[in-house]
Amino acid sequence: MNAPKKKLKVATTSLAGCFGCHMSLLDIDERLFTLLEHIEFDRSPLTDIKTCSPDCDIGIIEGGLCNAENVHVLREFRDNCKILIAIGACAINGGLPAQRNHLPLTTILEEVYHTSPGLMNGMIPNDPELPLPLNKVHPIHEVVKIDYFMPGCPPSADTIWKVLTDLLAGKEPELGHGLMHYD
Amino acid sequence: MSQTFILDGKTISFADGQTIMQAATQAGVFIPHLCYHPDFKPHGSCKLCTVKVNGRQTASCTMRAIAGMVVESDTPEINAERLALTQMLFVEGNHFCPSCEQSGNCQLQATAYHLGMMSPHFDHFFPNRAVDASHPDVLLDFNRCILCSLCVRASRDVDGKNVFALSGRGIKTHLIVNAKSGQLADTNFTLDDKAAHVCPVGVILKKRRGFAVPIGERTYDKQPISATAKAVAEER
Amino acid sequence: MALNDMHAEGVAGIVDRVVAHYRRDSNNMLQILREVQEACDWIPPEAIDRLQAVLGVPRTKIEGVAGFYSFLYTQPRGKYRILFSDNVTDNMQGNRALMERLCSSLWVEPGKVSEDGLLSIDKTSCTGMCDQGPAMLVNNRAITRLTAARIDEIAELVRNKVPLGEWPADFFQVEDNIRKADIMLDSRLQPGDALRAAHARVPSDGLMSSNMRSWREGLPSGIGGPAAMLDEIKRANLRGRGGAGFITGLKWEACRNAPLKAGQQRFVVCNADEGEPGTFKDRVLLTSYADLVFEGMTAAAYAIGARRGFLYLRGEYRYLLEPLMAVLERRRKEKILGTDILGIPGADFDIEIHLGAGAYICGEESALIESLEGKRGTPRNRPPFPVTNGYLDQPTIVNNVETFAAAALIALNGGEWYASVGTRHSAGTKILSVSGDCERPGLYEYPFGVSIRQVLADCGAQDVQAVQVSGPSGICLSPAEFERTIGFEDIPTAGAFTIFNNSRDMFEVARNYVHFFQHESCGFCTPCRVGTSLLKNLMDKLHNGCGSPYDFAEIEKLNQLLQSMSHCGLGHTACNPVLDTIAKFRPAYERRLAQKDFVPAFDLDQALAAARQMTGRDDPGAHIIKEEFGEDA
Ligand SMILES: Cc1cc2nc3c(=O)[nH]c(=O)nc-3n(C[C@H](O)[C@H](O)[C@H](O)COP(=O)(O)O)c2cc1C
Ligand code: SF4
Ligand code: SF4
Ligand code: SF4
Ligand code: FES
Repeated sequence: MNAPKKKLKVATTSLAGCFGCHMSLLDIDERLFTLLEHIEFDRSPLTDIKTCSPDCDIGIIEGGLCNAENVHVLREFRDNCKILIAIGACAINGGLPAQRNHLPLTTILEEVYHTSPGLMNGMIPNDPELPLPLNKVHPIHEVVKIDYFMPGCPPSADTIWKVLTDLLAGKEPELGHGLMHYD
Repeated sequence: MSQTFILDGKTISFADGQTIMQAATQAGVFIPHLCYHPDFKPHGSCKLCTVKVNGRQTASCTMRAIAGMVVESDTPEINAERLALTQMLFVEGNHFCPSCEQSGNCQLQATAYHLGMMSPHFDHFFPNRAVDASHPDVLLDFNRCILCSLCVRASRDVDGKNVFALSGRGIKTHLIVNAKSGQLADTNFTLDDKAAHVCPVGVILKKRRGFAVPIGERTYDKQPISATAKAVAEER
Repeated sequence: MALNDMHAEGVAGIVDRVVAHYRRDSNNMLQILREVQEACDWIPPEAIDRLQAVLGVPRTKIEGVAGFYSFLYTQPRGKYRILFSDNVTDNMQGNRALMERLCSSLWVEPGKVSEDGLLSIDKTSCTGMCDQGPAMLVNNRAITRLTAARIDEIAELVRNKVPLGEWPADFFQVEDNIRKADIMLDSRLQPGDALRAAHARVPSDGLMSSNMRSWREGLPSGIGGPAAMLDEIKRANLRGRGGAGFITGLKWEACRNAPLKAGQQRFVVCNADEGEPGTFKDRVLLTSYADLVFEGMTAAAYAIGARRGFLYLRGEYRYLLEPLMAVLERRRKEKILGTDILGIPGADFDIEIHLGAGAYICGEESALIESLEGKRGTPRNRPPFPVTNGYLDQPTIVNNVETFAAAALIALNGGEWYASVGTRHSAGTKILSVSGDCERPGLYEYPFGVSIRQVLADCGAQDVQAVQVSGPSGICLSPAEFERTIGFEDIPTAGAFTIFNNSRDMFEVARNYVHFFQHESCGFCTPCRVGTSLLKNLMDKLHNGCGSPYDFAEIEKLNQLLQSMSHCGLGHTACNPVLDTIAKFRPAYERRLAQKDFVPAFDLDQALAAARQMTGRDDPGAHIIKEEFGEDA
């Protein structure tokens, strides 16, 4: 792979996810060095940069949309990244958090803060600092346009590597047998 | 078997009365399918097996082979439509593969892999469907039912029990069991039933078997679903 | 005895009576369930217990059937079950406001049962009263010409629990509204004349017995009378009036020649499901020309050698059942139905009426046959076709009501006479069900070849923007096409002719039709079951102002998929109204594509409402504002 003149700016974030996809990203091990010849990280848990630069090339999003803050962050990424990639089951179909979707939110909050024992005052937290939960957990493609998807829970390091290198080579990413997994 | 037709440029022999699907499978050619199973009367509902016969689209599991017909199957156009159908099935139910016991052995998932499905694309319906854990040996998780009716056919035609049936209409179509309570425990269903072993997805699951085979070592982890047709051809 | 047991015993008594009436034949499951519901107001679990016991069929089968049909309830729906017809013409006549009025007057939410369990109010697909809407069904009895005043009267009657039978008779008045009659609607057939004419066509050279055998046993070798009848149908060049336009003579001949296995027989089925929104001509034919229809069926039985026939009547026309049974009974007395018809020994043919229960798909002939067999109305895999493997796997012809009426005219007057009417490729006349924006809605019978413009002039339509011919599964025409003509060579039609003036929003017309198909999809095949729901969601998204070019592309993709992958005609045509209106009334869509960029289908701020309510928060952080591009675009 020839190093491009200008490095691509890549931003990443985890919304309603478990950081598993980010761990898998780190799992590409020494290939990270090769990758870093082509890209630089912008906003990301890896850099601790808190907002996206307006000229990001690629945004990688882990996790679905569980609350208002997730929506704000997703929109920031869409506004600032040329290409958005959904990484992992939760970003793609809501994943584990979305398994609450068949229950009304009111029932869930009741159950968690009022009914179940152990909580001191039985108040539903109402601090304005806390983001409010959405009625349902949504995959990110239902709220903004997503350009590419990397399935897996998490996608393996090889899968991530394949998708990123395909994209860097200007190809439509393709995962053959063995790399394509939803679990 | 003297008669033949052309499938994607390949000559396929068939016997009288065989469907395109049967003839293709025998010849080792894989056509994606979900509601078809060699042991049962074809149903023709999932439409994954759609092919183009002399330019017209039709389900290959119900269409009888005719000598000289020209069939297209593995084309970008048809595969794109099959992919869209697969995505429809994913958003219609609740498919969270990472927490599904069937993952790796599931035909829907394997078909989606085969068709290169990177995302379910459509907006999810997130339907509210129940889980029936009443039976001592078997769990029913309706969240994953694709309404293929294989269990219906197996229970009716092989087990002679009519444990399962489809009810409702349209998008509200759903599986029911043969009990006033609606609970599997109140039927005469047992693990020995054929119907206990035909579900192509993760609805009808044997209890207490959870993750006996680790993820990554299951049927379609080892080989893609398209290899099943080759296996049939080699066995012959 | 506990109250519950008494209830169960009462239900069991009802079930036993109904089952006995239907000869304990589980092929009559749909009819049995329908009658049990008429007696019990719903189908209680105890009824299913009893059915299971006396018919010896699995519960799954009974519940599967009961769950398929919109008009069968396995949950209580009240003593008064009110359904507002929700065709686009009902919308244009203000049915939504009337429904709201009734709901608020009776304190009930649409789709729900009132708290006291007395009533429920909901919507239903077109009830075939478009020329005298808005309309509703109360316990499957049609009420037409709804007004605010009439709604208030109905609310009062329900509140006072007045039995339906004591409601004012003029509520239930259904007009024929025949505006233009031709050879069919002007015919003054004397019952039996067509049969006598058909029978008289037998050459007098000793073929009689063979002919009688043909009628009795359906032997394909039967020549003479039956064959002569068939010849006349072929000479008439009659094509089906149910939409597909299949050549009737060929269908009958295929059935007549289909081999019979031991114990099998042939069947004649009249398709009176008339579910296509905007169509109501079969209703009028069965109201005022029932003899013509039955005579056509009997002539068909003569031609193909059938001894049993069915009329499959849509549940919305339940009120026609008793009058039609009376006509059948009279015909039996007159020896033109039943045994030894016209006094010919062994010339037997009788007709049973089966009612549908709110499922448009049962108009599709193979689904209709499934429904006749008491099953879920799922279209079969074809081939084989009904002419060889129809009712109970035996040779069966299915024809539209109007097709049989035409067959009776042909039996009477001959094929040449019939073929001389209409055009070269479209023989005879066609009855149009005209409704929508015009002065004189109703039935118009024309020889084939009439132009759209002519019809519009005759019914007093002005300022016309569009005409939907043959209902949602037909074609939407713009004024540039009004010189086109009705006929198989140009615009084939099952009869609906719905007019929209320039004040109408053609996007909303298409959206109503998409809702119709979504509601009526039988759910058998993936593309239509899921695709019609996705299409409905997208049309609603555009309606809600959340549409972007991205969604437009999605709609076109779904259209393509429905057309190519669906199992039956419903799925194939479900996208027609959208494709047509996109092509011909594009501005109606472009107005909706307010967003330049992708916008979610759901309201993000609304998605926080529950959390706001639970936490009592209303600070800016408790809201999600619309994206800026949303506002300025
Ligand atoms: C979804 C669907 C609904 C139909 N509904 C009707 C109907 O209500 N009445 C009818 O006569 N034909 C209907 N048809 C057409 C029938 O399948 C069949 O072609 C017709 O009854 C044949 O009669 P004909 O040859 O006299 O027209 C429908 C077809 C489809 C696909
Ligand atoms: S049934 Fe198949 S597709 Fe559905 S969740 Fe389980 S593994 Fe995934
Ligand atoms: S439970 Fe399984 S076998 Fe039965 S209809 Fe559903 S997906 Fe098919
Ligand atoms: S196209 Fe629609 S109506 Fe026809 S079989 Fe499929 S789901 Fe049923
Ligand atoms: S496999 Fe043929 S339609 Fe399902």
